[in-house]
Amino acid sequence: MSSHIYDYLDGNAAGGELSKIFAADVTVAEGQCAHCGSTKRFAEAHLYMQCPGVVARCAVCEQILLRLVTVRDRALLDLSGMTYLSFDTSQFEQ
Amino acid sequence: MWHVGEVIALHDETATARTITLEVAGWPAHVAGQHVDVRLTAPDGYSAVRSYSIASGPSSERRVELTVERLDNGEVSPYLTQELAVGDRLELRGPIGGWFVWRTHQTEPVQLVAGGSGIVPLMSMIRSRKAAGSAAPFRLLYSVRERAAVFYRDELRALTENEDLSLTYAYTRLAPAGWPRPPGRIDPTLIANATWPSNLGPTCYVCGPTSFVEVAASLLIASGHSPERIRTERFGPTGDRK
Repeated sequence: MSSHIYDYLDGNAAGGELSKIFAADVTVAEGQCAHCGSTKRFAEAHLYMQCPGVVARCAVCEQILLRLVTVRDRALLDLSGMTYLSFDTSQFEQ
Repeated sequence: MWHVGEVIALHDETATARTITLEVAGWPAHVAGQHVDVRLTAPDGYSAVRSYSIASGPSSERRVELTVERLDNGEVSPYLTQELAVGDRLELRGPIGGWFVWRTHQTEPVQLVAGGSGIVPLMSMIRSRKAAGSAAPFRLLYSVRERAAVFYRDELRALTENEDLSLTYAYTRLAPAGWPRPPGRIDPTLIANATWPSNLGPTCYVCGPTSFVEVAASLLIASGHSPERIRTERFGPTGDRK
């Protein structure tokens, strides 16, 4: 795990890529890690972009929360690392 | 989803950083702290996307200012800081992100901590506060290599003279003659002297390279700030995103 230190960004940085798929801002949603159970804003996840796609890891246990890979005309999104995402619906009014 | 912005002004902040002012038709108002994705496409169709923080306050209608620091081995920043000319067009996506933001209705004290070009989104917050006439007390701790690497120097000086901002520079490589603190990384003493005490309940915004943000956030937590009150934005080499 030490090799990961200092080469990640915050979940904030995935906002643009995720906006291709989601109408709502996922970075402000609270997500529960399926591995350790901690609940945090997606913006606080550790984000790795030096790979074919985007990988977000839990800031607490470093397990994978989300993977997004786009190849030609297909985007593949793996959310199995999160039990749920919780949105503040007031943002939908804006 | 991609907006086209036209470059209407260019301004060098330092020898390696340039502020790009864009006029973007249909651009939604942004919130201080948000970023944009910039897409460049070569004639052969190869495209590269990079994220840049917005520097301007949100009052600037249809206008967006980005300050870009040149990375010598970068793929996009050398073009943006050296070749881009007034009248050129760029593709923009955004504004992006609702977490690392300061909204004008926030009244609590704000502690800003910048490492190098991490000042950019924090400057948007400072400008927004000023434009909104907010009374939220703002402090900025700005860690920077040397005097010549400071962005927005004159504007920051004017803001401190008007008491809109309490500002501490921390030089990491070369300090001006007679500067009270020798050059060096931020440390617990500096955090104690130059930031709001945790019992005032400030919201802290920390932006800089990943290694800087790690250190700054740890020092803030060690000095009693709750991790829930610390928002971070790290930047660094993001690879060849497309």
